Amino acid sequence: MDTLTRRRFLVASGVVGATALAAGATAHRLDDLFATAGDRDPQARTLVLITLYGGNDGLNTVIPYADPAYHDARPELAYPEDAVRKLDDRVGLNPALAGLHRLHDAGRLAVVRGVGYPQPDRSHFRSMDIWHTAEPERPGTTGWLGRWLDRAGGDPRLAVSFEPALPPLLAGERSAGAAVPVTGRRTVRGLPESTLAGFAATAGEDTPARARAAACFADLRAVDAMVQGVRDDDAAGEEPDGEPEPATATGGAGTPLDAQLDLVARCVEARVATRVFSVSLGGFDTHADEKRLQEVLLGQVDRAVSGFVDRMAGTEAGRQVVVVVYSEFGRRVRANGSDGTDHGTASDVLLLGSGVRGGRYGEPPSLTDLDGGDLRFTTDFRDVYATLLERVLDTDPGAVLGGWRGRLTGPL
Amino acid sequence: MTEREAVAHLLRRATFGPTADEVDDAERVGVRATLDRLLAPTGPDRTPGLPDLGPDPYAGLTRSSTREQRQQANQRRRAQVRALTWWWLDRMVTSTDQAGEKLLFFWHGHWATSERKVRSATLMLRHLETLRRYGRGPLPPLVDAMVRDPALILWLDGQRNTRKAPNENLARELMELFTLGHGNGYTEDDVREGARALTGWTVDRRTGAVRFEPRRHDAGPKTILGQRADFDAASYAGLLAGRPETARHVAGRLWFRYAGPDVPPPADLAGPDTVTTLRRILTAPAFAQTRDTLVKQPVEWLVGAARQLGVRPSGLPEQERRRLLAGLAALDQVPLRPPSVGGWPAGTAWLTTASLQARLRTADALAGAAARTVLATLTAAPPAGRPDALARLLVVDRWSERTRAALTPLTGEPRKLIAAGLVSPEYAVY
Repeated sequence: MDTLTRRRFLVASGVVGATALAAGATAHRLDDLFATAGDRDPQARTLVLITLYGGNDGLNTVIPYADPAYHDARPELAYPEDAVRKLDDRVGLNPALAGLHRLHDAGRLAVVRGVGYPQPDRSHFRSMDIWHTAEPERPGTTGWLGRWLDRAGGDPRLAVSFEPALPPLLAGERSAGAAVPVTGRRTVRGLPESTLAGFAATAGEDTPARARAAACFADLRAVDAMVQGVRDDDAAGEEPDGEPEPATATGGAGTPLDAQLDLVARCVEARVATRVFSVSLGGFDTHADEKRLQEVLLGQVDRAVSGFVDRMAGTEAGRQVVVVVYSEFGRRVRANGSDGTDHGTASDVLLLGSGVRGGRYGEPPSLTDLDGGDLRFTTDFRDVYATLLERVLDTDPGAVLGGWRGRLTGPL
Repeated sequence: MTEREAVAHLLRRATFGPTADEVDDAERVGVRATLDRLLAPTGPDRTPGLPDLGPDPYAGLTRSSTREQRQQANQRRRAQVRALTWWWLDRMVTSTDQAGEKLLFFWHGHWATSERKVRSATLMLRHLETLRRYGRGPLPPLVDAMVRDPALILWLDGQRNTRKAPNENLARELMELFTLGHGNGYTEDDVREGARALTGWTVDRRTGAVRFEPRRHDAGPKTILGQRADFDAASYAGLLAGRPETARHVAGRLWFRYAGPDVPPPADLAGPDTVTTLRRILTAPAFAQTRDTLVKQPVEWLVGAARQLGVRPSGLPEQERRRLLAGLAALDQVPLRPPSVGGWPAGTAWLTTASLQARLRTADALAGAAARTVLATLTAAPPAGRPDALARLLVVDRWSERTRAALTPLTGEPRKLIAAGLVSPEYAVY
């Protein structure tokens, strides 16, 4: 079994991390962690990472409407010039991206062109592992933000996800970020605080997995206390029981993106210690009937992200936030015939925020010089990560990215 | 490991969670006979037959149906899916063929297909019954049945895959996830050629039947995994299922699920059929070393607790049932709704602060629903002996000092004691 599917990765990361977590369980005690909460540097920036699961079609997101090759390759899927929201005389945004278009004109949206990695893998799971671990040759067992967290002291409150299962990108060698539910009433516990505190203790005979189970009790108390102050009662209602969005087969968080970002906004405004938030939206695996489905999904992204960026602009802490939007790959240039697209390679990465210098960065990939029908990447995704580590998280990127030296020039 | 610990380990892994009585029985007959009973159950399964879901609500819809009619059909479909989910959970709890039911749940996570896109309880039930029918035997008939399973075809856009308009979705996941495994010798060209082989199969949404339409099929020669032939769905499935990589990949997945990721699988695990592979896993010396390393999946956790606490889901009031299902939703594992074609995550991914909160709430609901006889057994012990009585009830070999200390103050409140046991590290990891 040398296959490293996402499932396997999740376990593997837990196992590697668990050895350290077993030793580190006491490091997550409430009192120790709380003492550091006020130490946040007011100038410290916050990273909000938005993962689009399923492989978002980049060519119909940032659209090369003036390129005849674009129209030739996907006549039914292509957007005509008068439908796109123009960025210049060559490219425009998907019609569903009205809010992002406005942010672009305001200089707060940067588009990094043609982002990918060598020898692209067209498996959702392997490619996402690659983006999460930042190790294209052989995805390892730690996420790039998990490794950052290791270096930043391992406090789980520094890196928070609003998904029930921890995304691999937040799993470190010695520590792991926290997963915080968007919904769910924290008051219905049934068990006394002393019992929860009791379970948080380490036991000598614990296996690493059991130690992790015990550490959750300590993490829960720490994270709870942090989030309690920012969660309104209305966000803490019943579990969702309604009909979810139309599904495709490749994952993403179960809660709406705007609800996740709303919680991020409250945390940022409350100046919590968290430096990295991870949120996600699934459903981008558009093998059929892509146009309408992608517009619905991009509409959700547009409303949630532009609303969030606007809100962040209103506070000092919010102006330190940098939002990043990416997906595990783009789609084939040519449509597949069921009005959809199959798995492809490079795509654009979006950066947003008050501190972002808007515009376009890097080379747009050619639509005619293709690699087996797919775009050749022009920007290595590690350049993006290195820039975020250096400019947003104040960390030496080389230590996290295996000595990687590339950077983006300009957007941050 | 004592004999009792050995049978308890076997039963915990091979079933959804044994009751104390089942462990007693197994201890009497020994590990060997217990395994035989599990893998070759005698006598019919004493569980209710298939649920009667009624006609597919979409069958009556036409192009001219009104918005209201569509909404009503949607509502009926959701009710059918809920009914099917409950029926299955109930079956997991009550089935006397526990190993078979657990194996079915493994296959459900392997050929991970979701009603969220299939949108038909009838087709999801048929999908499960196909997995049940072929899931114990050799792989070729299983793979052959699955490439023509309507739910799987809809889930991965197979019905959109035609000669003129190839769609790679099913062909790719078939090789990457269901048979060969990622990176095991296939190329992007094999994906494209495989998609051509699968062309022509459609699903009639009105009747739910799969149909082969020859004019949509690409009958030309294809080169797949180095072999050139006029592959169609059957011969493509046969090619994949017969490859040694497939047997190894599936055996590895089974090892991963039943033994866990900590100990590498022994060589030559793959048997001629799945039950043989399972037997090799459960009798491997390495299997015994995997105690206390696997994190329970939410469904395993909930179904096992229901079995041990005498909770029968179908007997619960609607509100209690909804609480349990909401618990599974918050834990991110609702049957018939895997999050992606890759199936559910595993291991410490389930051990997060978010899932702990959901476990706390759901444990409260489960303890509240515990049968009176179960409570009576627990409270028959003097308070000081109740942590041990609880360990027996929940089939935990022993509590750590940490957990015993946390449980002791609750011995006067049996339901709280049970809830605490259900969220303890010793119960979450087995």
